[in-house]
Amino acid sequence: MAHMLQLDDVHTYYGNIHALKGVSLEVERGEIVTLIGSNGAGKSTTLRTISAIQRPREGRVLFEDRELQQMPPHDVVKLGIAQAPEGRHVFARMSVYENLQMGAFSRPGVSITADVARVYDLFPRLKERRTQKAGTLSGGEQQMLAIARALMAHPVLLLLDEPSMGLSPILTEQIFAIIADINAQGTTVLLVEQNAQMALNVAHRGYVLQTGRIILSDTAANLAANQQVRQAYLGEI
Amino acid sequence: MRRIRRVSLVDIILLAIRVVVAIGVVIGTYATLSAGKLTWEQWRDLLIFGVAQGSVYALIALGYTLVYGVLLMINFAHGDVFMFGGMTAFFVADALGSSGFLDANPIVGMAIVLVVAMVSSAAVAILLERIAYRPLRRAPRLVPLITAIGASLFISNSVRGLYGEQVKAYPQLKILVGKFEIFGVGILKTHVVVIVSALVIMAALYWFVEKTRTGRAMRAISEDKDTAALMGINVDRTISITFAVGGMLAGAAGVLYAIVFNQVHWFMGFLPGIKAFTAAVLGGIGNIIGAMLGGLTLGVLESIGPNLLLSGLGVPSPNQLRDVVAFSVLVLVLIFRPYGILGRPENR
Repeated sequence: MAHMLQLDDVHTYYGNIHALKGVSLEVERGEIVTLIGSNGAGKSTTLRTISAIQRPREGRVLFEDRELQQMPPHDVVKLGIAQAPEGRHVFARMSVYENLQMGAFSRPGVSITADVARVYDLFPRLKERRTQKAGTLSGGEQQMLAIARALMAHPVLLLLDEPSMGLSPILTEQIFAIIADINAQGTTVLLVEQNAQMALNVAHRGYVLQTGRIILSDTAANLAANQQVRQAYLGEI
Repeated sequence: MRRIRRVSLVDIILLAIRVVVAIGVVIGTYATLSAGKLTWEQWRDLLIFGVAQGSVYALIALGYTLVYGVLLMINFAHGDVFMFGGMTAFFVADALGSSGFLDANPIVGMAIVLVVAMVSSAAVAILLERIAYRPLRRAPRLVPLITAIGASLFISNSVRGLYGEQVKAYPQLKILVGKFEIFGVGILKTHVVVIVSALVIMAALYWFVEKTRTGRAMRAISEDKDTAALMGINVDRTISITFAVGGMLAGAAGVLYAIVFNQVHWFMGFLPGIKAFTAAVLGGIGNIIGAMLGGLTLGVLESIGPNLLLSGLGVPSPNQLRDVVAFSVLVLVLIFRPYGILGRPENR
């Protein structure tokens, strides 16, 4: 059986900037896989390429043996791939509830009441603020909303872009507990993080991305023990 | 340490403009009113006429604002989309009128004319987006602007070539001749029909944008196209729908314009188009309620303004200067409040 998601020698450009220089990685069903690396390494670009927002110039993106790289982005969502971009990409002029409605856009004609109740359970703060405009939420709340919105799509593969960005340590712990929980309920997760410590705690496997190339890939435990990773990303000297 | 902002020459000039405009408005208004140039009934009729033409401007302005919302682009061919609807519907109205159908079944007849106008304007708007703008989606912002001007000339001159230069008179409906008595005030039936139709259409649009799935998709795209695509929204199709909706409003405006002014011609898109653009800017471009308010405000200013400000100052035939008043409003808005009545300061 093939991999759930496979990137095969993907090259992506922003204009003339060569952002991904031949990225290959795999995600299996049921896993949490993390992609760590510093700012500008190409982590978000990788997610944007999977979601077909950015087209690779070379290479293939395969999801359950289907090629995504030529698909329009809304068809990728219909396959069950949802992305929670960084929290500042919530729809600021829409209410919290409308943002959740947007998350379920790919499933028309379905009642979303139960799903809304479920994400309000996960994030009680969102329930308190459901009529508020998303632009008036704090950074942490916007982050929660971005994740909750992605869950509304019932994804089989959830792409998370820096879910801990701008969050307090306590909130970060909570978010990662929720990610583990979502995964335990059967959703495969590809997690992009600068907070390598937390990401490697929750993930099964990981990849290290540096200036558009995968330089390391291993189980999360081995990466967390790796000297190079510890020095570069876990703040050890 | 206190920072003292230096007063530049520009600041002084802007202040001078404000003072001159304010003094002009006050003196002109005072002179007109104290001289009693117009009766109360005349002012009232000017106001109602202003609201009627303002609601036509508002319908057109909504098309500018919807398209600006999703594409951040001024569709300068939108005035010609409006003209095209009015012109196409003319032929239907003329045929229905000369066969007597329009007077036998005025409601059905007007509905047919309106639908024809809305459908044909929507078709032109969709083609315009598909052919002239979509290929330039990623081009610098100046490029589609130039294309829009080209498309505008193309549409208006095509209509001129096909249907001729002469002004065409819309058939007059018997049931729209005369006045309605509303609270003891006689109002031209045509004005009542135009104002009510425009309000109904605007209410329908507001509901569509706020409450429907497609309306939400349009709002999502206007905030963030990439994230909208991540939600599973078909961005290209939603942009087409936006143009179609704007076109339908413009087509309806074309018929309402014909009801107020009784005529259509190939060049009729130009002035109302630019005035509706003024109205959209006045209300805050990208803001739907703003476009409605801006249209009504501009219509009333244009109708009352010249008489109120200029006739007292001894300017002969002030109504000839209505376009001057309208575009002075545009210039003043652009100088002093470029984001309009309801818009937000742009920080892109």
